[in-house]
Amino acid sequence: MSLDEYRKREFKQVGQRVRRPDGVDKVTGRAMYGADATAPGMLVGRVLRSPHAHARIRSIDTSAAAALPGVKAVLTGADLPVQEDAFVRDVQDNCMAREKALYDGHAVAAVAAVDAATAKAALKLIKVDYEVLPHVTDVDVAIKPGAPVVQAGRTLENVPAGMSENVTSHCEFGHGDPAAGFARADHVVERHFRTAATHQGYIEPHAALASVTSDGKAELWCCTQGQFFVRTLCAAIMGMEASQLRVTASEIGGGFGGKTTVFIEPVALALSRKAGRPVKIVMNRDEVFRATGPTVHTSMDVKIGMTKDGRITAAEAHLRYSGGAFPCGTVDMGAQAAFAAYDLENVRTYGWNVMTNRPKEASYRAPGAPQAIYAVESVLDELCQHFRLDPIDVRLKNAARKGTKSSYGPTFPDIGLVATLEAAKRHPHYTAPLKPGQGRGISCGFWFNFGGNSCVSLNINTDGTVGVTEGNPDIGGSRASISLMAAEELGIPYERVRTIVADTSSLGYNDVTDGSRVTFAVGLATIKAAREAIRVMCGRAARIWGIDAEAVEWKDGAAVPAGPNAGKFPPMSLAEIAAVSFETGGPIAGHHEVNVDGAGVSFGVHIVDVEVDRETGATKVLRYTVFQDAGKAVHPSYVEGQMQGGAVQGIGWALNEEYIYGPDGRLQNPGFLDYRVPVASDLPMIDTVILEIPNPGHPYGVRGVGETGIVPPLAAISNAVSRSAGIRLSELPMSPPRVLKALGA
Amino acid sequence: MRYLAAKTAREAAEALAAEAGVTRVLAGGTDVLVQMKAGLVEPDLVVDIKKIPGIATITPEAGGFRVGAAVPNSVLGEHEGVRTLWPGVVEGANLIGSTQVQGRCTMAGNLCNASPAGDAVPGLVAANAVARIAGPDGERDCPVADIPAGPGKTTLKKGEVITSILLPARPARASDAYLRFIPRTEMDIAVASAAVSLELNADGTVKAARVVLGAVAPTVVVADAAGKALVGTKLDDDTLAKMAAACEAVCRPIDDKRGTVAFRTKTAGTLAKRAALIAYARAGGSK
Repeated sequence: MSLDEYRKREFKQVGQRVRRPDGVDKVTGRAMYGADATAPGMLVGRVLRSPHAHARIRSIDTSAAAALPGVKAVLTGADLPVQEDAFVRDVQDNCMAREKALYDGHAVAAVAAVDAATAKAALKLIKVDYEVLPHVTDVDVAIKPGAPVVQAGRTLENVPAGMSENVTSHCEFGHGDPAAGFARADHVVERHFRTAATHQGYIEPHAALASVTSDGKAELWCCTQGQFFVRTLCAAIMGMEASQLRVTASEIGGGFGGKTTVFIEPVALALSRKAGRPVKIVMNRDEVFRATGPTVHTSMDVKIGMTKDGRITAAEAHLRYSGGAFPCGTVDMGAQAAFAAYDLENVRTYGWNVMTNRPKEASYRAPGAPQAIYAVESVLDELCQHFRLDPIDVRLKNAARKGTKSSYGPTFPDIGLVATLEAAKRHPHYTAPLKPGQGRGISCGFWFNFGGNSCVSLNINTDGTVGVTEGNPDIGGSRASISLMAAEELGIPYERVRTIVADTSSLGYNDVTDGSRVTFAVGLATIKAAREAIRVMCGRAARIWGIDAEAVEWKDGAAVPAGPNAGKFPPMSLAEIAAVSFETGGPIAGHHEVNVDGAGVSFGVHIVDVEVDRETGATKVLRYTVFQDAGKAVHPSYVEGQMQGGAVQGIGWALNEEYIYGPDGRLQNPGFLDYRVPVASDLPMIDTVILEIPNPGHPYGVRGVGETGIVPPLAAISNAVSRSAGIRLSELPMSPPRVLKALGA
Repeated sequence: MRYLAAKTAREAAEALAAEAGVTRVLAGGTDVLVQMKAGLVEPDLVVDIKKIPGIATITPEAGGFRVGAAVPNSVLGEHEGVRTLWPGVVEGANLIGSTQVQGRCTMAGNLCNASPAGDAVPGLVAANAVARIAGPDGERDCPVADIPAGPGKTTLKKGEVITSILLPARPARASDAYLRFIPRTEMDIAVASAAVSLELNADGTVKAARVVLGAVAPTVVVADAAGKALVGTKLDDDTLAKMAAACEAVCRPIDDKRGTVAFRTKTAGTLAKRAALIAYARAGGSK
């Protein structure tokens, strides 16, 4: 790991709450989102979806649809190649079913027509002959032998015998001897938990406009978190070379991990190729819920042993995650994250990935971690209640620190958990009096964070302004943060820097905007690109002054002689060097291309006060404070926004959000009316406290902040409900009927 | 699909009666347009009644108020007279949808949409409100209570359109209240609801009471026994417990994504208790 990047410094720009660059366009409606793209001669694409949870497709008769005037192309799975690579095959089969429809909403055919009404009429003319098969939508049912098999032959060798073929993989992490540890405990608590699948709930539905020309070139405009990955997947599905497919990411109306793969993009491309005209597909909300990528739903057992003074002696978790109708690896992340916050002698986690007849899971903010940590932090809280110990003191006693061998293997460098817990303990919220019937809960949270492939071009314009070209859609303020870091390094005002998100033909490969990586990794590449530009500018000044390039250094936005021996020259500002650049060697730019390591894990602690209405089971969130280590908050308002947004999504998950399947295997609530994300009036102000424990892996100490915030709310609220109402729930969401039932009212 | 902006109630009624296909009446459109957009209904004829003269006005009548079928609920909510006389009716109507929806949606539309969970309906039924209906053969009056027939169904005959709803006069020392349970705090649909309308004696005891429950049966339920339980009391705890039990006894809800039978039944009683206490205080009662 690159753990020597950080240098302490006095920041001039980084840390300022500068004006966001996308604000005016967004509030005036001028921003171009996915559905805003148009092209001359554009057709409307629509997708026909399976009404069955599990069905063999005997045949699809598209002749009547194809014959309808105005229909320009009809597509089924038979029109797409059979992929050899299992990963690409799963992505493609999820975009368009082949042989079997695997969940309610699975795409089985698509049309492109001159208008929406014709496309809709054409869908009704497609005759699909289904053989309805037994289905399974619950992880605990799907794991048992004899359950309906979603896909055969997908089980890896490491899965123990005696389980259903739906179990695709198994994982195990940990160290020490849990059995010996439990024997030493004064008390052991073991509990079973279940969590419902939730959806990211981004406001902007998926949209894609594809244009494939007769000479084999293609353009794709879509809302995505990663245009380069979209290109990789679509080029593979379409059998195209990457150079011939240019993907441009639109402004994005929320992603949270859900826009890290493709759903309609290859369908739009394939329809466009068939029709010879541009094709636009925009999902409606029903399609977004039924056929994009919600989270896993889970069944978990967690066992923790503790001494009466609050030291954990052993910990174990058994995690069963289902990411829908395809193999997925999310349980591995849950199994690694479960006990990451604690310094444990004896710890073991086991995970099983299980297929069910549900849509293929996509990432959602810290994928896999909120569920496992909910179970762990709930059991920990029950032990605190049992021994009447302060929940923060117990966590401090067991907290992971620098040098702790984590439960998933690596030894931690500088981390911020202890500082975060101490800040929470000191905060007035923690000791504020509660009224009778109110309860306070806390929970820790953790996320790994990610670095990854990043490239940045930084161009010095002749008027002294700077353009930064990067390749990651901005879902959390990255353009502002990247501009700030470029301005800081160059020593020029933030307002002179503009950062844009490039298409796939304008820059080298950038990993998806995920893993809270962009401000960290692209920020690092930006700083290094700026340093490269500074090197060039120092060389230009040296040339003008007639001295060695090594004798010039960069200070406060200008080249200056490095010392008295270098000669006496007045400083030459960036603008002055830029203005004469055509005479000193040509345009000036800096580049940096890197696969960044050393992302730096992030910890958070949440405190929440709730009040449960004992007659209705409704839980009211009264007060909420988020404490999180940001390493260095580049733009504090955005960091606070990430912390608040994560908390709010976690509150929704804890209290009301869930995918509800009927006995017929169909999704009962594919809309925002019955899939209940919190509304503004459900929430108190989410207070935030940013901790800054520098990440050794970043020049400014930055850590990713986007994901950790969704991890603690689930247990924090469950723990608060327990202390408010005297009931310990072990299933999410804690919807009013469930709470009322637990109250025995 | 054809669209007709009717100039009179009679024209609307005749056009609806003459249409052989699927028809919908459009006032605020907050249900009809959503259903059309979702593909749940594809009408052959949409008759817009908003442009009928007088249909969007509130008029005092015999000590009460006649509320036109196209009066948006936001306008109703700002009407001092109606708010003072029937605060429970107004608070129910004002719970529908969002601020934007309030600017369009109507009580008559909520009634005709015939959802068992409609927020305007229990209050209207508790108020003994009367709908005026235009049909191809002329006008008739019908108690609001008799209009819902089941989820999505009304007793209105082909060609009939509600043109106004009369909220009757009421004596002094009388008031009403409406409460619903939703898992969120707004932008939601009632999982259970209760409207209570009370009239008090000079000594503060209840003279007459009407308790109406929503979202716990195919139509709103008038809980007669619950209302009777309140008469002669000052809403002491025992009385409220009896009333809640009487409410639970008439609930016939379903289990669905919004709530269980047990939850809806229990919550209907709880809401009725709480609504009764609010109505009692509003009517000037003190315990």
